[in-house]
Amino acid sequence: MSTAMSTRTTGRWWIPSASVVLVCSSLVGVMIGPAGPQWWRVPLELLNRLPLISIHSGLTATDWSIVWQIRAPRVVLAAIVGSTLSIAGASYQGVFRNPLVDPYLLGVAAGAGLGATIVITVNRSGTSTWWIDPLPLVAFLGGLTAVFVTYMVGITGKGERSSTSLVLAGVAVTSLATALQTFLLQRNTDVVRQVYSWILGRLSSATWGDVRLVLPYVLVSTVTLLLHRRLLDVLRVGDDEAAALGVNVNRVRLVVVIAATFGTAAVVAVSGLIGFVGIIVPHAVRLVVGTSYRIVLPVSLLFGAAFLILADIPGRVLDNPAETPIGVVTAFLGAPFFLLILRSRRRER
Amino acid sequence: MTSLAFESVTVTYSGRTAVAPFTDTVKPGEWLCIIGPNGAGKSSLLRSIAGVVPHAGRILVDGSPLTSRSSRRRAQLVAYVPQSPVLPSGMTGAEYVLLGRNPFVTHFGSESALDHSMVNDVIERLDLTGLATRDVDTLSGGERQRFVIARAVAQEAPILLLDEPTSALDIGHQQQALELVDKLRREHGLTVVSAMHDLTLAGIYSDRLVLMHAGHVVAQGPAEDVLRPETLGEFYGVSVRVHREEDGTIIVVPNRTNGY
Repeated sequence: MSTAMSTRTTGRWWIPSASVVLVCSSLVGVMIGPAGPQWWRVPLELLNRLPLISIHSGLTATDWSIVWQIRAPRVVLAAIVGSTLSIAGASYQGVFRNPLVDPYLLGVAAGAGLGATIVITVNRSGTSTWWIDPLPLVAFLGGLTAVFVTYMVGITGKGERSSTSLVLAGVAVTSLATALQTFLLQRNTDVVRQVYSWILGRLSSATWGDVRLVLPYVLVSTVTLLLHRRLLDVLRVGDDEAAALGVNVNRVRLVVVIAATFGTAAVVAVSGLIGFVGIIVPHAVRLVVGTSYRIVLPVSLLFGAAFLILADIPGRVLDNPAETPIGVVTAFLGAPFFLLILRSRRRER
Repeated sequence: MTSLAFESVTVTYSGRTAVAPFTDTVKPGEWLCIIGPNGAGKSSLLRSIAGVVPHAGRILVDGSPLTSRSSRRRAQLVAYVPQSPVLPSGMTGAEYVLLGRNPFVTHFGSESALDHSMVNDVIERLDLTGLATRDVDTLSGGERQRFVIARAVAQEAPILLLDEPTSALDIGHQQQALELVDKLRREHGLTVVSAMHDLTLAGIYSDRLVLMHAGHVVAQGPAEDVLRPETLGEFYGVSVRVHREEDGTIIVVPNRTNGY
């Protein structure tokens, strides 16, 4: 009698299924928008653009540039941001063995927010002629700095193995960065609206340039996290037992936290703070595919991308021509979902 | 078979000494049982061998120091069953046993077909086939303990450390778990070091006892030398009777001190 099935070959078909969902969401994403061609013409034109296929879609050059220059980068950026926040969230939950932590836990969001606020308050208009936009750069550095401070404060004394002190340090650093940000805003009330719209997150101004800007960071982060998915499963038995099983627990935790932070800081820098994705997606994925990180990580990556592409659609069409910020949409969906999970949460260590 | 030697092994927690210099040699295939009251340093000693807590002095496996090994290599030599193991919910029994193969999998690799068949083999040998597909959350205490031992066996380490392996089990499951360990020890020539509270069971199953008190070894030797009423009285602070059965089994019974 074989128990080979029980050592996890089940669940593999979730990855192809999630890929199909992602492709379909991307199609929907490029088909829908407040202006531009009729939705059904878009897939025809996409087929037409494939080699060896010729279909008359009736798309004008303007229509195509709306699809290719406005919608497509927005869909791709949504996919990148959604997948990064989801896989980073799942990884954080793994290394801290706490299902309720999100990728902003160690202060990356507050640090990036402070960085963005500094740029905006100091002189936003003056930077428009610079050859590189300092806003995402400073936000990225702010996020990394905040997590670095958290790590330095949280890892006190040698042989510190507790992740609780790290989480508490994250809370303190977040409060500090938020306080500084509030102080800056109080003294520069004229930019409150600008800072607010950054904080709430947006994909509306996405360009291929944004995609190229974040892609290298996100790739490094995602590949590193995926490579650690088996070790995240070993960590589930706790630090001591994982160490006894030959895992260098502190090193794995450090590498995973750095990779997840790197990716998160990069996407926050271009899209602002899009909340709840890093919690809702891994949780929903766990409910359907089980708790093994070997499946949870890749499936979260794919579903996270699909989720944010879809969550971005109501924002563009609801109160056209204004945009509902994506962060509002995800929070609107995420907060009730989060409460639901808290209430019905199964025991999870 | 593999020997385990301690040379002045010391464990300190932020200045407080948990294990005072401990020197001993566990012979290949021997079962050494460490006894002593709570806080005597039994668990700390086991945890230092498992590499969970840092130690001073040297721990030698077949003559070569354990600290010079990578953590993976050490885990190939020493398997550790902690006092309260964590069995993550949502994991099946077989997935849990598979964790024992971690020392043989490269950092970014995944388990080979060999690892999987090894795990299936262990599960069959330990009569756990019917439970292997169940979520570990749904298992009883005795079943969980057998899976924890199965995980340690899957590690294929020649040295097995058991920290209070029976403290959460009823008398039937205590016997079952210790018989299992004893059988594995004989079949695979394992060297076993365990910490135990039940002195009678400690005497029955081990070859040699070490009695620790406040980090120091205060008595050691075969059960009949260590399990004496005056020794136990001095270090446990109890009044006990010790019976010796005809087959040599030593039974420790606490005296009732009030109400007579």
